[in-house]
Amino acid sequence: MTDPDREQPWADLGLKADEYAQIREILGRRPTSSELAMYSVMWSEHCSYKSTKVHLKQFSEIPQETPVGKMLAGIGENAGVLDVGQGYAVTFKVESHNHPSFVEPYQGAATGVGGIVRDILAMGARPVAVMDPLRFGPLDAPDTARVLPGIVAGVGGYGNCLGLPNIGGEAVFDATYLGNPLVNALCIGVLRHEDLHLAKASGVGNLVILYGARTGGDGIGGVSVLASETFDADGPAKRPSVQVGDPFMEKLLIECTLEIFAAGLVAGIQDLGGAGLSCATSELASAGDGGMHVELDRVPLRDSTLAPEEILMSESQERMMAVVEPADVDAFMAICAKWDVEAVVVGEVTDGDRLLIDWHGERVVDVPPRSVAHDGPTYHRPYARPSWQDALQADGAEALPRPATGAELRETVLKLVASPNLCDKSWITDQYDRYVQGNTVLAQPADSGMIRIDEETNLGVSVSTDCNGRFAKLDPYSGAQLALAESYRNVATGGARPLAISDCLNFGSPEDPDVMWQFAEACRGLKDACLELGIPVTGGNVSLYNQTGETAILPTPVVAVLGVIEDVTKRTPTGFQSAGEVVFLLGETREELSGSEWANVVHGHLGGKPPVVDLGAEKALAELLVEGVGLLTSAHDVSDGGLAQTLVESALARDIGVIVTVSGDPFVALFSESAGRVVVTVDHSDAERLQELAAKHGVPAAALGVTGSDAIDVDGQFALPITEARAAWAATLPSILGG
Amino acid sequence: MKVGVVTFPGSLDDADARRAVRLGGNEAVALWHGDHDLKGVDAVLLPGGFSYGDYLRCGAIARFAPVMTEVIDAARGGMPVLGICNGFQILCESHLLPGALIRNDHRKFGCLDQTLVIENNRTAWTSSYEVGQEVTIVLKNGEGSFVADEKTLDLLEAEGRVVARYVGNPNGSQRGIAGISNEAGNVVGLMPHPEHAIEDLCGPGTDGLGFFTSLGSLAV
Repeated sequence: MTDPDREQPWADLGLKADEYAQIREILGRRPTSSELAMYSVMWSEHCSYKSTKVHLKQFSEIPQETPVGKMLAGIGENAGVLDVGQGYAVTFKVESHNHPSFVEPYQGAATGVGGIVRDILAMGARPVAVMDPLRFGPLDAPDTARVLPGIVAGVGGYGNCLGLPNIGGEAVFDATYLGNPLVNALCIGVLRHEDLHLAKASGVGNLVILYGARTGGDGIGGVSVLASETFDADGPAKRPSVQVGDPFMEKLLIECTLEIFAAGLVAGIQDLGGAGLSCATSELASAGDGGMHVELDRVPLRDSTLAPEEILMSESQERMMAVVEPADVDAFMAICAKWDVEAVVVGEVTDGDRLLIDWHGERVVDVPPRSVAHDGPTYHRPYARPSWQDALQADGAEALPRPATGAELRETVLKLVASPNLCDKSWITDQYDRYVQGNTVLAQPADSGMIRIDEETNLGVSVSTDCNGRFAKLDPYSGAQLALAESYRNVATGGARPLAISDCLNFGSPEDPDVMWQFAEACRGLKDACLELGIPVTGGNVSLYNQTGETAILPTPVVAVLGVIEDVTKRTPTGFQSAGEVVFLLGETREELSGSEWANVVHGHLGGKPPVVDLGAEKALAELLVEGVGLLTSAHDVSDGGLAQTLVESALARDIGVIVTVSGDPFVALFSESAGRVVVTVDHSDAERLQELAAKHGVPAAALGVTGSDAIDVDGQFALPITEARAAWAATLPSILGG
Repeated sequence: MKVGVVTFPGSLDDADARRAVRLGGNEAVALWHGDHDLKGVDAVLLPGGFSYGDYLRCGAIARFAPVMTEVIDAARGGMPVLGICNGFQILCESHLLPGALIRNDHRKFGCLDQTLVIENNRTAWTSSYEVGQEVTIVLKNGEGSFVADEKTLDLLEAEGRVVARYVGNPNGSQRGIAGISNEAGNVVGLMPHPEHAIEDLCGPGTDGLGFFTSLGSLAV
C-alpha cells in the first residue's frame, strides 16, 4: 500500500493477470490492497460464477412461475421464493461447502449448514428444516473414517443447536469423492407474502448496521483459495481458510432477525457468507439506488490486529448486514440488545454511485459497487465431448454375467442391500434431530422430507434431493434429468405437488474441456426438463474444482425439488403399512442395467448408457400420485438398486413382508433401474380404483402381489426373511464406522 | 392450569413444549429468562435446547438466569416444575435435583424413538400413567447419560424417585435412569422428550401426552 512500485500479490489472491489488468482499467489506477482483496474474493469462481454464468443464464429463460403461482423472488436473490397458497411463501436453496469440509470436516460441514440457513433468513423467512446431500470416498477407505464422522457430527452439531429438523438428504459413496467429499446443505424457510425482504441498500441517509458475531481472522480467502482452485495433494496447509462456527450465535441471530422483521425495521438485508463484508457491502450497494459509505474501523473485531483488507475478506460466521431508516435504529438496537446480539452502525447509504470504505479516516476503497459484485469476468471456457465418452457408452453393463438361479438372485439382493449406497443410513441420520419444532411429517428414510407449515389448515411442503453421479458420468444431459426426475418423483410419492427446483452443481475443474462439457450438458438437460415439467429453477449454487490431481469427481448435479401438499394428514407414507394390501408397480421396466448399483457393487463396472428419460411419463406418474392421496396406503420410489431394493425397504419400514410375482426375466425385473417407477399399495377393495386411476393418467400398473408374511418372497425364485434382510442392511455402517 | 415455559437464549423446544401444554388441556405462558417474573403461573416447564450454547457444562450458565431465582423459590415452595433434556440439566445444575448428565457413552448425538417404563406416577407430571406402563417418546441429546454417586442412586431407588427408566440403555445412564424427581415429587427431570410424542402425525405416537395431562388431573 505504501510502495507504488511494489508488485501487488494478485496471483496469491487467486486473480489471473488479465483480471488484475481489468481491475486497473475499471479504477483507472492501481487498486489499493483493500480493493484488490475485495475484487479477488468477489471475482473468485465461487462468488462470480465466471466460468459458468454463460451456461446458467439459460435457467432464466424458464417461465418464472410454478404450477400454483408466480415466483415472488427468483434467481439472483439469496434464494428463490415461491407462493404455496393461503398467503404463505416458501424459500429453499441448496449450496455446497465441499472444500472446507475436506480440510476440516466438522467445521466445514457445520458452517455449510450455517451459511445456507442465513441465506434463507435473509429473505425474511423463518428457517424450518434442513437437509444434507453428502458424498464420500469408499466407505472402507482410511480417509473416509476421518472425513465422514466429522462431517456428520458437524452437520448435526450445528443444525441440532439451531433447532432445525434435518429431514433427509443423501449419503453416497464413490471412489472419485475420496479426496474431495461433497457437503451440500439445503434449508427451507417459510414466510408470509408480505414479509419478503430483498438484499438492497436504498434510501439515501439510511444506515448500514452490521450485527451478529465479531469479525475474526477465520476464513480469510475461503472462496478464492479453497473453493476456486484444485487441491494440490502436497500443497501448503489451508486450514486457516476454514471458518469456525458458533451455532448458538446463529440461533440468537435467527430469533433476533425474525423479531426485527416482525417489527418492520429493515429496508434491506444481506447475510455475510462467502467473501464476507466484501460481498455484503458491494451486493447491497450494487442492488440499491445509491452508493454506500462504510467506516471499516467501526466493525467489531475478535482480533484487533486485523488489517482492513483482512476484515473485508474475513468469512467469520454468524453475521448479518441490514439497511435501516434512521428513525428505526433505536428500535433495531433494542431488539439486538434483548437477544445479546452485538450491533454497530458501520455506514450509510449515500447519493453517489460509489462504494466508499474508510479505515481510521483514510479512504481504502473507492469503487463502483457493480464492478465488484456483478461485472466480474465472464469466461467462455472451451468445452468438448470427451474423447472417451463414446467408448464409455459402448461398454454397457447389459453384457455382464448375471445371477441365473433363485439362490443367486437371493444372494445378489442381500449383497446389494448391504452395499454402502443402499444400506441403512441411520448411523448418520440418528445424529440429526428430526423432531424439533414438532412439524416433521416425513423424514429419512422416507422418499422425501415433509414439514407442516400451518397447524390449523395442515398446509405442508415437501422436499427431496437426488443425484446419481454414475448416470451423469455416462451421459451428463440425461443424468441431470434423471436427478431431477427422481427428486420430482420422490416429492410426488409422498403426495405433494412438485413446484420448483434448486440445484447444487458439483463438478471438477472448469479448465478441463471434458468437465466443462459435462457442466454444459447438465445445465442444458436441467433447462429442457424444467421446461417440459413446467417448473422453474429458483436458484442454486455451483461448486467447481472438485478434483484430486487429474481425477474429477463424478459429475454431481444435485437437484432439490420442492412440493406443496394441502393437507399433510393425508400424505402417503413410505413403506408397507399393513398386511393384506395389494402391491402394484407403476411405470415401465426396461432392461436398463448400465450405471446401476448392481453393476457397481457386483462388477465394479461403470459403462453404457443411463436409463431412458421420459419426462411425460414422470409427469403423468406424479399426477397419479398426487391424485391418489387417500387411495394409496403407501408408496415408495424405485431407483438405486431397482425393484428388489424398493421391496426390501418397503418391508423393513414396519416389518411387513410381501409376496410378489414378477413377469419376464426376474433378474431384469428386480435389478433394472428404469426411471419413472413407484411401488404403491392399496386396500384390497381399492385395486380396481387404482387401475382406473392409472389408466386415466396413462401409467402402466402391474399387480405384483400382496403384503404380509415375514419375508420378501419372489414367487418361484426365493424367499428372504425380513430379519435376514435387516441384519444385512443395518450392519454395514456400524461395522465400518463403529457402534 | 397456567404452565410457564421458559425461553433461554438457545432454547429450542420451547414452542414444542407450549404446544404440548395446550394439547394437554392447559394454558401455556411464555416466560423470558431475563425477567424476574413467573407471570402468575401454576407450574413451570424448562424446555430442551442448548441454553447459552452449552459450551460450558450443559445448563451451567442457565441456572444463573434471572428467572431461575423465582423458579428455584417456587420449586422449593412446591410448584410443579418439569425439566426436559436441557431443562433436566438445568435442574441438576440448580441443585433442585441430584446427579448430573454427561456425554452419551457412544460419544455421539443420538435421535431415536425410545421406550421407557414409568416407575413413579405420584408426581405432578406422571399421574396420568400407570406404574409399569411402557411409553415410546423421543430421545435426542449428546449429553444424556445420567450419573450420580452410589449413595444417591440407592436413595433415589429407595424413595421411589426414579420416575422413568429406559428399556434398553441407550446412553450409558446409571441404572438406566431416564428421569427422576425431588423428594417432594413436584420437581421432575426427564431426559427424553414427551413434547415430541403428542400427535400421531409428527412423532412416534401420542405416548408423551400424559406428562401434560397429568397437571390437569392434579388440579381436580
